[in-house]
Amino acid sequence: MSAAARFRYVLGLADDQLTLGHRLSQWTGRAPLLEEELALANIALDLIGQARALYQLAGGIEGAGRDEDALAYGRDERGFLNLQLLEQPNGDFGRTIARQLLYGALMRDYWPALAASGDAALAAIAGKAAKEAAYHYRHAAEWTVRLGDGTAESRRRMQAGLDELWEYTGAFFEMSADEAALGDGAVDRPGLRPGWDAAIGRVLARATLMRPSATWMAASGRDGVHSEHLEPMLAEMQILQRSYPGLTW
Amino acid sequence: MPEPRLPLWEVFIRPRNGLAHRHVGSLHAADAAMALLAARDVYTRRGEGRSIWVVPTSAIQASDPDDKDAFFDPADDKVYRQPTHYRVPDDVGDM
Repeated sequence: MSAAARFRYVLGLADDQLTLGHRLSQWTGRAPLLEEELALANIALDLIGQARALYQLAGGIEGAGRDEDALAYGRDERGFLNLQLLEQPNGDFGRTIARQLLYGALMRDYWPALAASGDAALAAIAGKAAKEAAYHYRHAAEWTVRLGDGTAESRRRMQAGLDELWEYTGAFFEMSADEAALGDGAVDRPGLRPGWDAAIGRVLARATLMRPSATWMAASGRDGVHSEHLEPMLAEMQILQRSYPGLTW
Repeated sequence: MPEPRLPLWEVFIRPRNGLAHRHVGSLHAADAAMALLAARDVYTRRGEGRSIWVVPTSAIQASDPDDKDAFFDPADDKVYRQPTHYRVPDDVGDM
């Protein structure tokens, strides 16, 4: 097993959780309800916690002395290997819930698959993340049903969010070059597709929403090529460490 | 934040097996299932609970403050309802 491929594989997983966690943290102070303010912040903290564990593991694999902060705050946009969906702006609450649903339905199966893999270090992180992801998915699915089967306005926004983000879901089921190089050491993404399709189908049926039609799919982001939204997000997220390297609270 | 036009729910948490559910607060939610999720997120963030109940606030019948005199004052002078009112005979020993 190539250490370089494993490093980039773990780093990509860490970047996934950090970008989405940071996006969700941007709701703080802006959420439509106090209850959702806390719910989104809880989910953001779960994701950032997952990212920290993965960055620590990645830093150890790399063996170049980079810790979690160096990996999170010391790399530029092209160094981030996250899926493009997760860097997309929050938009309105319907769009944020759409992003949570699409990604949540993936991760509630991805983490258990990783937990069952032979990689003990990753399995330990995945086992904890699986419980968190199960709740994240439930939260998103219940909101999707309430918004989709709610008022004309909530339905319009929920459908619009799904339609706008659908093109980023093709990447869920693509094996990156690093994942392919790891063989059985990485989760088989194409194998997750039937379960994801079925879960999304069930939620959309309950929500009386339309499944967006399959169209062009965006690139994954795993090669460091991103949409125009990641760079400004990183600029904001990293400014303290960029301005005062090594700063601690 | 705009004033939410969602029903109000009362939240009860049981901290451990064997203890009773205790009222911890209230929240707004569209329905019972969403109220349970919100209760989990608002009231069990620090490991407070093993079980949650949510009850529509509208289902609670509260006593009227104007009934205070008739409801509660008569109990004030019934000292014989307190166990400490009774002297335990020496023959009984420790209870």
